[in-house]
Amino acid sequence: MRSPITVNKFRNSFFGWWLVWGGLHLLLIYNYGFGLAVAAVDSLATNSLLLASSWLVINILRFYMPDKDRKWYVIFLSVTLALGVTFTVNWLMGLLFAGPQYFAYHQFLFKSFWIRLGVAFLLIGCMTIISVLWYTIEEEQEIRKRKEDAEKLSRDAELYKLRQQLQPHFLFNSLNSISALIGANPEQARKMIYQLSDFLRSTLRREEEQWVKMEEELQTLELYLEIEKVRFGHRLSTVIEKEEGCLQMQLPPMLLQPVMENAIKFGLYDTTEAVTISMSITCEPDYLQIIVKNPFDLETAAPRTGTGFGLNSVKRRLYLIFARNDLLTTSATDHIYTTSIKIPQQSGTTKAS
Amino acid sequence: MNAVIIDDEPLARSVIKEYLQHHPQIQVLAECNDGFEGVKAIQQYQPDLIFLDIQMPKINGFEMLELIDQPPAVIFTTAFDEYAIKAFESHAVDYLLKPFSRERFDKAMQKLLAQEPAAAAKANLAPLLDTAARTPAEQQRVVVRLAGKIRIIPTDDIHYLEAADDYVKIHTKDGSFLKNKTMGHFETVLNKDQFVRTHRSYMVNVSEITRIDPYEKENHLAILRSGARVPVSKTGYTRLKSVLGL
Repeated sequence: MRSPITVNKFRNSFFGWWLVWGGLHLLLIYNYGFGLAVAAVDSLATNSLLLASSWLVINILRFYMPDKDRKWYVIFLSVTLALGVTFTVNWLMGLLFAGPQYFAYHQFLFKSFWIRLGVAFLLIGCMTIISVLWYTIEEEQEIRKRKEDAEKLSRDAELYKLRQQLQPHFLFNSLNSISALIGANPEQARKMIYQLSDFLRSTLRREEEQWVKMEEELQTLELYLEIEKVRFGHRLSTVIEKEEGCLQMQLPPMLLQPVMENAIKFGLYDTTEAVTISMSITCEPDYLQIIVKNPFDLETAAPRTGTGFGLNSVKRRLYLIFARNDLLTTSATDHIYTTSIKIPQQSGTTKAS
Repeated sequence: MNAVIIDDEPLARSVIKEYLQHHPQIQVLAECNDGFEGVKAIQQYQPDLIFLDIQMPKINGFEMLELIDQPPAVIFTTAFDEYAIKAFESHAVDYLLKPFSRERFDKAMQKLLAQEPAAAAKANLAPLLDTAARTPAEQQRVVVRLAGKIRIIPTDDIHYLEAADDYVKIHTKDGSFLKNKTMGHFETVLNKDQFVRTHRSYMVNVSEITRIDPYEKENHLAILRSGARVPVSKTGYTRLKSVLGL
């Protein structure tokens, strides 16, 4: 929708009103007893000129909108046009209906000058104000739309970049692991190539998508975890608890992988023992909640600032999508580091895709 | 020749060990999972050479090197890190991008053995670390060593910095720490909207300032929340005013 009322509708009502106004004018003059011919010509002349003036105003304002300090221009324009219309009508009617039989009409014409001027000024003034409003609204909408387009463009670009960042590091490290396995354990190396291929395929497929079902995201995540288990050996185990009803809920793709990567990194290196990373997926009426827990050593990890490896980019993505900064939270208690993510599920989220 | 391998992935370490079998003159003395272990192992074994990964948990490879007084020769190994690669390229230190071939590995070893390791380390490491310190991650924390222990200080916790001979004294809420760097280094590394060089020998965290008092002729004193009084010179006062928006 570009304007509150469409151009066609406006044009129709404009001509409709002009006809009504012309009719009233005719009736009024006719009632004074100047004869149908005089009344008709008077009405036609006056209202044609008013119509022309209105058209002029609309077109002048379309190409030249006075700025804020020059609003007097609008009044000046209306007064000039009203004077022009009234003088022209008086002169024209005097010319067309010359002769003594029109003496009464001439007097009427002379006496009604100010009324005619007033009415003309009001009509043209109204037209001017409507035009100014119309074009102002149109201009504002255009500016807003351009701004929204620009914002969306830069947001999309940043989101794309954030998603791309997740890939190379993981990919090259996995290839390096394969390179290590080829000598010692070729069978395992081959298996890892398949796993890596499956994982890449599933991420490529959803490159363009902005939303995926939890179910699909979990499948990709499990492929990812299998690869990580090869990279880090038997020390890593993962537990995923999920409420069945949540699997149809939606979330941005590849959001959970950096969260898991972060948990694995910080979980594994604070101890030499086996480590279990747990993830739980629950749903509330209007959001999906994912909680990831990893063990950590309070002593060495305590002065850590920020939210760790990939979490900043996850936070940024959530902010760009939902305009909220409170969706990712972290807490540390008794050797357990908890990362909690909420994904809002209003109807707006699915529409946005 | 002795070496230590520091990498967070066991498989990545095993590739290096495998390639090293063709270089029998090099003995691997230790393998480390992260920078903390790395510092310990280097102190303990005094190796001639380390293989060092950049992206590791706790502290990264560059931060680890900053903590070592006389670093051995370093061959960096990294998967993908645009900042690190930029730093390497501008300072001609040898680095291996994972996954790397045996040919590439052998070339790095040849290059290393051809030159005097200690000299190579000295010439290239300092400027490399300065460049690497400008990465986003390192602008948020400072790593120091205190009595054999490693401390990571979030930059928000720093009250002010004070020049002390060849060191910079970092004053924080938990006491002060020495770091073997110059004021100029911190001036380029730390966030310019938060830390202002108020004096030739002082840099202050503006969010800690409660009051600025006139002092002697053209000087001022910044009074911090902790009660500390930090000298502000004439030019320092101008800088401080522009950051505070006065």
